Amino acid sequence: MKFGVVMFPGSNCDHDTYHVISKVIGQPVDFIWHRETTLGDCDAVILPGGFSYGDYLRTGAIARFSPVMGAVKEFAARGGLVVGICNGFQILCEAGLLPGALMRNKNLKFICGHINVRVEATDSPFTNRCQRGQVLSVPIAHGDGNYFCDDVTLAELHRENRIIFRYSDASGNVTADSNPNGSLDNIAGISNRERNVLGLMPHPERASEQLLGSSDGRIIFYSLADTLAELAKAS
Amino acid sequence: MKAKIFVTLKPSVLDPQGKAIHHAVETIGFHGIQDVRQGKYFEVSVNGALSLDEARAEIERMARDVLANPIIEDYRVELDSDS
Repeated sequence: MKFGVVMFPGSNCDHDTYHVISKVIGQPVDFIWHRETTLGDCDAVILPGGFSYGDYLRTGAIARFSPVMGAVKEFAARGGLVVGICNGFQILCEAGLLPGALMRNKNLKFICGHINVRVEATDSPFTNRCQRGQVLSVPIAHGDGNYFCDDVTLAELHRENRIIFRYSDASGNVTADSNPNGSLDNIAGISNRERNVLGLMPHPERASEQLLGSSDGRIIFYSLADTLAELAKAS
Repeated sequence: MKAKIFVTLKPSVLDPQGKAIHHAVETIGFHGIQDVRQGKYFEVSVNGALSLDEARAEIERMARDVLANPIIEDYRVELDSDS
């Protein structure tokens, strides 16, 4: 099993993600430079947080044209596991691997702090270790996290159980007050129809060691590692 | 040849920046402002080797695929062959 962490110019959570996978989860991981046109022998790829290409034009708008994204698209189409965290989520939406868009936060502020998300779906490779309704305390740090999609797409996300995380209070109530950025339906993370691509605004890699205030985020990486281990056993 | 591209949020999409500007100009004392929507404006110089039709096709494609995000934004292209 091997993880890959893509490095775009302007990524700034690449090393954090690498650290968590190698030191906390204890799995092999490689960096993948944005100019690469293949993902090597990686079994799961993570697009980390940051400000790829300065986030000029729109967040993720330029990164989606970088050479590595061709390989990521191909990998995802073959069923490969892809996770976009924060800027990575924005890139996946711009690239059309996930529906919708992430707009400027409703309050126009860059928001940085711990929030709670409720796990809405556990039948995904990223949340299979979670309990449905489980609340995770994880940080967010973004100016553009306000999830938007049209009504048809939203209905489809609900129908297909593709909303994986929603902003909630500490008890798991999804309320207007617990929505930090104005996201439609408190959406914090979604998957594609095939359930092998996940995008989420919170940073699980910044909440994977108690020393940093919460280790709730590491369950996502453990779920991924479990999925990969099972896939390896089956093949 | 110069092209002007205007990118605006779709009418159905909320525009918190426009709202903040609206509130600010009212506070400053401007009257009768009903609504403010913020967008983006691009000026693009096109190589003279392209015909007007070729330039239009290229700029339209660029606006659609790169400059605007069709999920949340509309765009409008103006091409000025005299400039």
